Amino acid sequence: MSVAPIVTAPTVTHAAVDTEGLTEKVSVRDLDFFYGDHRALKNINVALYRGKVTAFIGPSGCGKSTLLRVLNRMYDLYPNQRATGHVTLDNNDILSPSQDLNLLRAKVGMVFQKPTPFPMTIYENIAFGIRLYERLSKSELDDRVQHALERAALWAEVKDKLGANGQSLSGGQQQRLCIARTVAVRPEVILFDEPCSALDPISTAKIEELIDELKDDYTIAIVTHNMQQAARVSDFTAFMYLGELVEFGETTRIFTTPSDRRTQDYITGRFG
Amino acid sequence: MTEHTLKAFDTDLQDLSRMVAEMGGLAEKQVADSVDALAKRDTSLAQRVTAADVNIDNLQREIEEKAVLTIARRQPMAVDLREVVGALRLANDLERIGDLAKNIAKRVIALNGEFPPPKLIRGVEHMTDLLLEQLKTVLDAYGRRDISKAMAVWRGDEEIDAVCTSVFRELLTYMMEDPRNITFCIHLLFCAKNIERMGDHATNIAETVHYIIEGRPIADQRPKGDTTTLSALRVGETR
Repeated sequence: MSVAPIVTAPTVTHAAVDTEGLTEKVSVRDLDFFYGDHRALKNINVALYRGKVTAFIGPSGCGKSTLLRVLNRMYDLYPNQRATGHVTLDNNDILSPSQDLNLLRAKVGMVFQKPTPFPMTIYENIAFGIRLYERLSKSELDDRVQHALERAALWAEVKDKLGANGQSLSGGQQQRLCIARTVAVRPEVILFDEPCSALDPISTAKIEELIDELKDDYTIAIVTHNMQQAARVSDFTAFMYLGELVEFGETTRIFTTPSDRRTQDYITGRFG
Repeated sequence: MTEHTLKAFDTDLQDLSRMVAEMGGLAEKQVADSVDALAKRDTSLAQRVTAADVNIDNLQREIEEKAVLTIARRQPMAVDLREVVGALRLANDLERIGDLAKNIAKRVIALNGEFPPPKLIRGVEHMTDLLLEQLKTVLDAYGRRDISKAMAVWRGDEEIDAVCTSVFRELLTYMMEDPRNITFCIHLLFCAKNIERMGDHATNIAETVHYIIEGRPIADQRPKGDTTTLSALRVGETR
């Protein structure tokens, strides 16, 4: 079946992003995404830069979570969903049918809105993923678990109860456990889909602090409805609306002098 | 501009704008009254000006409180944030203008009967007319968010500076003629300098209005007409 090309005028404003010294870790080109017949993403062109945090903002249903789900082919788990265009991770096309999805998801980790610890011990929550990809001795595995928990700023709180059920932790701790689990398999890119929307301000601050620490070693994308959070944690911000990428630029500029009227209306709370 | 989803946010911003406009009106009146007191040798008017400065100070404090509350409550972004920060900056400049007017009034009181001949005050009055026009235009530019008016004020300061320089020269000559003139001439010099400084605050306001609207500072170089420090006060100058 051939699909008629849909011609869309490029509407995105890529105002003056200084890309010198930046490497595109993930590149999205001419991406369309369909839920059945519904075109949820329209001609998206954007890059995630290595060692930088990119925030995706926009009203509900604008396609930002959908875009995130494309970046690790999460949508493959569901029928009738497809993406067309190009998404490359280090110049490898991850939309290619030959892409090993387990390998991709090890490289591109994801943290969800609601903390999703497995119903097992804290230790096992982390060791589980590592064992899928690597065969390690007990002591090596212990080290990896400890390191992951330290990276997620959770070690001090759980080191004496690694055998406790992961679900017995508080919401904020559970979310950090999920981040530790993601970090444990040594991904290159981490996708955060509203990681703090279910957390209290202290836990939120800890996660934001964590994102700041993690960004030196990883490439990070975060979807958030909290504008201040996007302004605080990200280096670049992409504003999406009705499946289109409206504006992309340095966060400091987007939140002070956005170029597009729709971006301005959204971030100042004038929408709808 | 479209309204905020949250109506109370619009009200907050409108309140801030209104308070700044009110403060602007008060500052204008203080300037006009202080120079009036000087020209008419009216010490009681000068005293009223001195006493009224506290109203401007109070308004500034209210604007600061309102702005801080608005930032804390609404977390304004982009143009809204510039509105709030702009209001703070405008209030600062207007408060300074009020202080300078008060200083002129205080000098009128200090002179206490010892008044210079009217022809000497004419230069200062001319400066004041120019300044009041600048002030009116820039407050208008703020009220209407009119960038071209703001830019006109920004460029227009040159003229006040030029008149200030000529007033300096005039007073210098007068002092050389007769040392008994020195006391009131010095006071008058300070009055002229005060008005010149008010002009600078008016251009600051123009810059803030530009920033509120455009989100970036003015890129141009401002024409400079004030050469008093270079020419009028050069050591050994005999004119």
